[in-house]
Amino acid sequence: MNIFVCVKQVPDTETKVKPNGDGTFIETTAIKWIMNPYDEFAVEQALQVKAANAGSTVTVVRVGGVKDTEALRTAMAMGADDAVLVEAEDNLDSYSIAKALKGAIDKTGKSADLVLCGKQGIDDDCLQVPQVLATMMNLPSVSVIVGFEQNGETVTVKREVEGGALEVYELNTPCILATNKGINTPRYASLPGIMKAKKKPMEKLSLADVGVSADDRRVVYSDFTLPPEKPAGKKFDAMDEAKQEEVVREVVGLLRTEAKVI
Amino acid sequence: MDFSLSTEQKEIFDTAIKFAKNEMIPHALELDEKSQFPHEQFKKAWELGFINTCIPEEYGGVGFTALDSVTIGEALAYGCMGMNTAFMANDLALLPIAIGGSHEQKEKFLKPFTEEYRIAAFCLTEPGNGSDAAGLKTTLKESGDHYILNGEKMWITNAGEAHLFVVYCTVDPTLKHKGITAVIVEADRDGIVLGKKEDKMGHRASDTRGVRFENVKIPKENIIGNIGEGWKLAMKTLDHSRPLVASSAVGGAQRALDCAAKYSKERKQFGVEIAGHQAIQMMISNMAMKVEASRLLVQKAAWLLDQGLKNTEVASYAKAFAADACMEITTDAVQVYGGYGYSKEYPVEKLMRDAKLIQIYEGTSQIQRLVIAKEVLKKY
Repeated sequence: MNIFVCVKQVPDTETKVKPNGDGTFIETTAIKWIMNPYDEFAVEQALQVKAANAGSTVTVVRVGGVKDTEALRTAMAMGADDAVLVEAEDNLDSYSIAKALKGAIDKTGKSADLVLCGKQGIDDDCLQVPQVLATMMNLPSVSVIVGFEQNGETVTVKREVEGGALEVYELNTPCILATNKGINTPRYASLPGIMKAKKKPMEKLSLADVGVSADDRRVVYSDFTLPPEKPAGKKFDAMDEAKQEEVVREVVGLLRTEAKVI
Repeated sequence: MDFSLSTEQKEIFDTAIKFAKNEMIPHALELDEKSQFPHEQFKKAWELGFINTCIPEEYGGVGFTALDSVTIGEALAYGCMGMNTAFMANDLALLPIAIGGSHEQKEKFLKPFTEEYRIAAFCLTEPGNGSDAAGLKTTLKESGDHYILNGEKMWITNAGEAHLFVVYCTVDPTLKHKGITAVIVEADRDGIVLGKKEDKMGHRASDTRGVRFENVKIPKENIIGNIGEGWKLAMKTLDHSRPLVASSAVGGAQRALDCAAKYSKERKQFGVEIAGHQAIQMMISNMAMKVEASRLLVQKAAWLLDQGLKNTEVASYAKAFAADACMEITTDAVQVYGGYGYSKEYPVEKLMRDAKLIQIYEGTSQIQRLVIAKEVLKKY
């Protein structure tokens, strides 16, 4: 099987994010990049599918800045066979990223039997790329999957829906699946794996190579600001019994209209 | 001059620190409390290639440099200095074989450590001698086609779990340094008696105890190098092991700094974060400076070794400085936490207990200074 995994490189979860000078993106100079955690589940699933299907290959594809290739190298250290990097700015929109991913997969000349992605990037939380990519590649797709079983040409996947219920889908391959936490436990890159990854091929392409231009951009980021600081908590005095009914009514009212928790 | 690690070294460090945070830190306090050996973490670390970093590539190892090893050591000690002592003890025991062993010995004794999860223990110290290592009394007597080992060893890390011991002994105590010999002893030989597990102040996840060798039969092919060459071998081993042990101090100190700096921005006194008070800032600055200085010394000691240059003096700088710095930094971390720091609910009291041992084992901070003085004064 030709398995492709689309990975994104995101700021480490411990990063203190702040907007850049003109507010068009976040300040990226001092960021430590990691593989998007949801993509780790996708890489792990791909490696498990590879192990169960002799002769399979796993190719990881990423669109983004070249300064640091952490995510692709980690995926190869975990066991992926090769990698494709489409050099681009880190602030592309979902449409351009999906188009670039499709272009990169096409460019390998291999027909994809299975494409795996994380269900969302933990940086901008758009949850769009897997579905847009599926539409562009004209393939069936299921997102937020927490279970995976392969039976020859078909796969049975479980999808988590609100309230913890599971939907079960059966799809034919090729298809696109987007993984959620819980589907597996991603392996660590072993140290011999890291040493071996040095020698694995990483192809570098430009956006033009994969047919993406500035005209493909659907969304332009214009204003990044930090969320407003949390206002101080409110105090209510209910020690006086006579006032208690009034205070309770006020608190319930505020919980409904201001805090919006009930 | 280039102070940056290679891309692979950065990845090795990131992987090891991720392992330390996810697999070690969550269990560190419990294993410390129960004084329980970290088999689960040890085995996982072994599977990922973090253990036995001294084994050369041709005998199944990954082929790490000394700089790689201290990079891994720092990360694992960040997770838990106690667990890391158990991990590191494998390397301390296998180093004499990797450095001074024959091809056959490396095949026979090192390779199995790359093929299955195995534990090793290094036996030098005795009840009556610690810093005066050359005064050891464990004897090796020739007896026909083999040797007989007799004596008692003390403070042996991993002893209760070991598959293999590397034992320093003497063919004649009156020969002092010139009689010392290193032998490999498989744990299943008759006559090995384990003492009771020590109840220690820190590093409680590691297994430390005495070991007695009573007429243990040692085949001639288990002698590392030649009879009487053990002292030279021990000195060469220390050049490798001291940077490694010092890297453990760097990891522990970095953890203490991270804990204290984070806490200082959460805790408020006099209406502001305590990080806003200069008294705390002075402590945080000292901690940060000393962590960085320790790390650079450790890296230099390892780098010299990788260049094939003599590192004895710098290795002692690194060991003494990093161990003493770790003690100060962890003590200050407790101070930054105040009363909370003294409680086992918070991580820093354990760091302080663990730090103390690094000033003692693998050559005390005072012995390191003797080594340094000897090397320095030679030049004048």
